[in-house]
Amino acid sequence: MKITRKDFLRLSGLSLLAAGGREAIRAVAQRNAPAAALPRKTRWGMVIDLGKCRDGCTDCVKACNATHNIPQLAQRAHEVKWIWTDPFSKVFPFAQSGYSASQESAAPVPLLCNHCENPPCTRVCPTQATWKREDGVVMMDWHRCIGCRYCIAACPYGSRSFNWEDPRPALAAVNPDFPTRTKGVVEKCNFCEERLAEGRKPACVEACTSGAFVFGNLADPDSEPRKLLRARFAIQREPELGTGPSIYYLV
Amino acid sequence: MFMFEKALSGSRRYWAWLFALLCVIAAGAFFYLEQLSRGLGITGLSRDVSWGLYIAQFTFFVGVAASAVMVVLPYYLHSFKQFGRITILGEMLAIASVIMCILFIMVDLGQPARLLNIVRYPSPRSLMFWDMVSLGGYLMLNAAIALVTLSAERDELPPPAWIKPLIYLSIPWAVSIHTVTAFLYSGLPGRAFWLTAILAPRFLASAFAAGPALLILICLVLRKVSGFDAGEKAIGKLAVIMTYAIIINVFFVLVETFTVFYGNIPEHIEHFDFLYTGLDGVHTLVPWMWLSAAFAIAAIVLLLSPRFRRRLLPLSCALVFLSLWIEKGLGLIVGGFEPSPLGTITRYVPTLPEWTIAAGIWAIGALVITVFYKIVLAVRNEVGDRPLPEAEMAGAAHH
Amino acid sequence: MRDRPWIGGALLLFLAAFAVPFWYGLPHARAGLKGPDLQLPVNQKECVAPIAFMRSSHMRLLLDWRESAVRQGNRTYISFDHKEYRKSLTRTCWQCHDRAAFCDRCHTYSGVSTPYCWNCHNQPQTNVAWRTGQ
Repeated sequence: MKITRKDFLRLSGLSLLAAGGREAIRAVAQRNAPAAALPRKTRWGMVIDLGKCRDGCTDCVKACNATHNIPQLAQRAHEVKWIWTDPFSKVFPFAQSGYSASQESAAPVPLLCNHCENPPCTRVCPTQATWKREDGVVMMDWHRCIGCRYCIAACPYGSRSFNWEDPRPALAAVNPDFPTRTKGVVEKCNFCEERLAEGRKPACVEACTSGAFVFGNLADPDSEPRKLLRARFAIQREPELGTGPSIYYLV
Repeated sequence: MFMFEKALSGSRRYWAWLFALLCVIAAGAFFYLEQLSRGLGITGLSRDVSWGLYIAQFTFFVGVAASAVMVVLPYYLHSFKQFGRITILGEMLAIASVIMCILFIMVDLGQPARLLNIVRYPSPRSLMFWDMVSLGGYLMLNAAIALVTLSAERDELPPPAWIKPLIYLSIPWAVSIHTVTAFLYSGLPGRAFWLTAILAPRFLASAFAAGPALLILICLVLRKVSGFDAGEKAIGKLAVIMTYAIIINVFFVLVETFTVFYGNIPEHIEHFDFLYTGLDGVHTLVPWMWLSAAFAIAAIVLLLSPRFRRRLLPLSCALVFLSLWIEKGLGLIVGGFEPSPLGTITRYVPTLPEWTIAAGIWAIGALVITVFYKIVLAVRNEVGDRPLPEAEMAGAAHH
Repeated sequence: MRDRPWIGGALLLFLAAFAVPFWYGLPHARAGLKGPDLQLPVNQKECVAPIAFMRSSHMRLLLDWRESAVRQGNRTYISFDHKEYRKSLTRTCWQCHDRAAFCDRCHTYSGVSTPYCWNCHNQPQTNVAWRTGQ
């Protein structure tokens, strides 16, 4: 068979392309294939019993602020907070009947990063400075963060804060065990992952004197939070958004 | 090769203009150094309103950059010869706009020295990654196209054949840069104001109105200061494009308003309430949004009336540009953040340093445009301008 | 011909600017070849890696530690002599080295831009008892 050099080259090029294309499609298909049937070992989560939360108590907030060197800034606009409380009616504006008693509406709700299963913030980070770990903790890498604040825009819960100025002058006392941050990076609750690495519970959980925080492994059906969730009805913040929060509230 | 020496000879007025721009740039640079040392806290931004003037300007000027397609598409795809003189102006406006966009992103970053982390750790799931890719690609495309076509014009030769595919590529690419920018906002589940499919079409409509508006104004200014004539047919056609685009944009806004208010979902309504009536005693944007609406309606009335369409064209263009600058440059971004996910309203007013840095970047854009257009005009003075289609047709009618 | 003084003057200016590294420090010139005055740790003779390696590549080691500790959660470092260390600036490196008397001295002497690690990482206070001291 006579074949010109041009046709031969064209044919080989197309064949290589086809072979490479098949490999690429295979690779993409495998990446999108559902994970092997191994069950998830760890999914850290927390159940907060709102009935046990006392009005005006800020034990959890103070513990977190002290442990993680969170600056107490004068300007509310620049505030940095990892855990804080807000009244029930603000956190769950559509959960009440409209005829609820006022003390129910004003009951404090501790708010923190929900460490979602499907976090919008990690999707949008252009440098993967925030990512979701295998065990469910949504992590921050302050070395890599460029301070674009896309994750703040993406978070449906307002859990993230930006360092609008150097935080160190606003620190009364420094916990030497944990770094401070610098201006220009985003930060949020990290589920005390440095304490989890040592087998300890998060600082807010240990500091709560009312026992409102129940922390544990949501992937283990016999863990404390799982038992609580079987026994009582729990709500979450904006679950219809599909984010899959790991924080549950018992009302 | 870049013919920059042509920008070095000019009238006293030209140098005075450049000097004024350099002063504004210096003021912006001064405040930016302040921002680098003290942090973004010197702006009016806050924990709840974390994007403001800078990102709003970025969004607006991506639109202006995309609008170059409105001169490129008719000329290259449909042989609309009337745009022959101004395609290069559109492409250079796109280059200056993209440069401004990149600068606005850079001044908005908390850690700008780490900007290249986006390249070191590519994140294809992030729209910001694709925004950088598409903007960078668009800049290079337009720079190549402008340089090659202008060099060909100077050498009085047709441009090389390989530039044609690049020009054709720039057409869908222009649409894509603004679509990607819209996706930046419209894919966020927690921001009900932005989570709408019509955001991308709205962006494109406002871009195709604001860009031609600016281009018409620049052409009219060029006619006054340098004798360069874009041609009445070209300006007229641009005005038609701008008219359709502003009408479509107003239609899109009304369509959004219907869905929001007829659907009556509080989470969606409260953003519109903040912008148009104020919430919790904060009315910062209310007069601006109504002004923007008034400008848009006034512009449409003027553009549709045969008496004022050409006579008051500069006014209509200014009205269109300002209306869209307010709507996209101020209203869109802040409206998405107010109220916050927990229902709080935080006053956001850009500070003086913030405005000055923004002004410095506008001045850089103006400087780039001035220098580029000077080069184009110098080339055209040397080799003679392309004949206007009107003149050609009149000449043909003579015979 | 008219331009000769201008050209000459500009040339002189250029030569002066070009020679800046040589004459700029003359008023404050110190004894030439003495190296940086480093304060070495008193109770430790060995670092986490051989001294020669640390001299040439401590930043690479620190960057590796940073990536694996923060992003992989792997906080333990096994050194060349099979000792275990915690991958931490504050709790390992700065237990022995003082930032001002050690790190800064070399960086200032060699003109290598001082990194901004200490903008976030804390200097250990002298009286704090450390949990897993090495």
